[in-house]
Amino acid sequence: MNGAGGIGWYGVALAIIGGALRVSTPYLFVSLGEVLTEKSGRVNLGLEGILLMGAMTGFAVGSLSGSPWLGVLAAGGAGALLGLLHAGICNLPRVNDIAVGIALFLFGMGLAFYLGKPFIAPRAAMLPALQLGAWSDEPAVRAALEISPLLLIGIALAIALRWGLVNTRWGLVLRMAGESADAARALGYSVNAIRTLATMCGGFLGGIGGAFLSLYYPGNWNEGLSSGQGLMAIALVIFARWNPLRCLWASLLFGGASALGPALQTVGVTSGYYLYSAAPYVLTLALLVYSSSTRHALAGAPSELSISR
Amino acid sequence: MPSSPDSAVDQQPLTELPAAPWGRRLALASVPGYAAALESAALSIGALVVALVLFGIFVAAGGHNPLAVYGALYLGAFGTRFSIEGALTQASPIILTALCTAMPARVGLLVIGGEGALVLGGLCAVLCATAVAGASGPVGALVALLGGTCAGALWIGAVGALKHWRGVNETISSLLLNYIAIALFDHLISGPIRDFSQTLKATSWPVPQAFGIGSIPGWSVHWGLVIGIGLCTVLFVVLRYTTLGFSMDILGGNRRAAQVAGLPIGRLLIVACLIGGGAAGLAGAIEVLAVHGAASESLIVGFGYTGILVAFLARQNPLAIIPVAFLVGGISASGGLLQRRFDMPDATTQVLEGLIFICVLASNAFAGRIRGLSQPR
Repeated sequence: MNGAGGIGWYGVALAIIGGALRVSTPYLFVSLGEVLTEKSGRVNLGLEGILLMGAMTGFAVGSLSGSPWLGVLAAGGAGALLGLLHAGICNLPRVNDIAVGIALFLFGMGLAFYLGKPFIAPRAAMLPALQLGAWSDEPAVRAALEISPLLLIGIALAIALRWGLVNTRWGLVLRMAGESADAARALGYSVNAIRTLATMCGGFLGGIGGAFLSLYYPGNWNEGLSSGQGLMAIALVIFARWNPLRCLWASLLFGGASALGPALQTVGVTSGYYLYSAAPYVLTLALLVYSSSTRHALAGAPSELSISR
Repeated sequence: MPSSPDSAVDQQPLTELPAAPWGRRLALASVPGYAAALESAALSIGALVVALVLFGIFVAAGGHNPLAVYGALYLGAFGTRFSIEGALTQASPIILTALCTAMPARVGLLVIGGEGALVLGGLCAVLCATAVAGASGPVGALVALLGGTCAGALWIGAVGALKHWRGVNETISSLLLNYIAIALFDHLISGPIRDFSQTLKATSWPVPQAFGIGSIPGWSVHWGLVIGIGLCTVLFVVLRYTTLGFSMDILGGNRRAAQVAGLPIGRLLIVACLIGGGAAGLAGAIEVLAVHGAASESLIVGFGYTGILVAFLARQNPLAIIPVAFLVGGISASGGLLQRRFDMPDATTQVLEGLIFICVLASNAFAGRIRGLSQPR
């Protein structure tokens, strides 16, 4: 990123855009997964654990098989399994889904570090990048517009999810489980089965988000890989008011906010580096304080959700 | 139990309802809270056993002898005087961070901000100690401890206030505050209050030597442990025998009932958060004064998150937190031995702790269902 220094503040804007495009993908996948889970009426706070397991599995399978795409798929599978664990426990009576999420976070993190120990050293085959900036001679522009195919898949997925939730029967059933479990039961649907499925799909997406971290950017496996993207998912979903399309914008915004610190560093503003890294968190908290109310639930929140009641 | 159209289910309550079993339980239940405490203990111990069995299967799948691993786990945690001292040193901050989840839980809030409060407590202890650098040892230490406590209390107190006045979900706000606190911490120790003579890692100005908290005579365990145990005991008494504690339990049990009874809900929520946050802030201050002598990233090792596990395993009971923190501290402390003896990753104990957490939560499903122990609900 040294090239950005040469073109001054224009470079900062470019670095933020590039950062947004690069960093936003895991945010996008975890938040889409969380939307799916929360729309069914359950919160999965354990996406951080799922993300790390996904990153580890993706990297391990990617480096063992030589195919990064197989790694992505395996990461999704690992995420879905952890989602199943979360759902299985939450299906028991008198179990708090938020607490289970915290447990899953700690468990998934421990498991990923345990199983991933042998994979810290080697490098795996990385996912390819799409060079959308090939038209430009400026290396900074090219670097900023180098995007992962996973981002495109994520964008397509956001649109498809938005459409599917509104227009399909499955979307309706899923939303019904989240809005009124009694109504779903009365129509003969098993609420637990719907939520289990939704949590597993959410886990699948969370796992893919992790695979992006280990197989594309930063593109290695170590214990400090995630900086809380999985935990941020829950804030992102509130930020996006449970709408998959808004998740896309929110992810880009969060990605850009995360890139603020490093981007300013390239022009020599280094003093507040850590403070800038807190920008997404402060942003979310401010929004949460602004949009919450003691009188009504958050706008757009599924009414069965434990965090909105 | 609501009546069900299924006749087989319908008849079950009829056979269980008569007064005889209730009468049998009366002996236990006549001591207030005793039966409930016994049931909680049974559930937690059962969950621990299940988690250990699952962990055994897990390590066996990795090609280790589970019995040998259990042995090493015990040895590393509680087998020798040295390991017990290690477990107690680990337990000291965990006892306090567990209170950060347990106290708000008593009024029905799920706060997970212990990590942030601890970090800020440590930071504030350094700032306060620097401000009164010329004071005598005990005074300086007291000021630093109080400063850390206040920082943590205000940090989590804000969570309670936001919950009460703005309806902000406390779990999410406390989670976000963890990250904000750590960012603030990193910012200050890497620049404004950095001790530039420490080149290995970013470290804050050192706390004056005289302010350090020493060890308990005859043990290599610092006094922070005693502070933690004392605080837990006091809080247990407050919760059990005072109007304040009773009001908190009503609020935690049923918010509507508390409203109808005219309890000051906002004040109770915020007081519970202030106490919890203060405990976690105190933990940070003690770690700085007794262990590290300055604020550095060695403070951010997940004590806050382990505290959540301990609070749930202790079922949010301050007295039960003490032995549970000792147990979990022992597990954490035995990681090194497992690593040396079996060449296992250092995350092994983390896996075990995660398993314990999951099993404890799952065990809630069996509350009220243990024959002869559970109270009818």
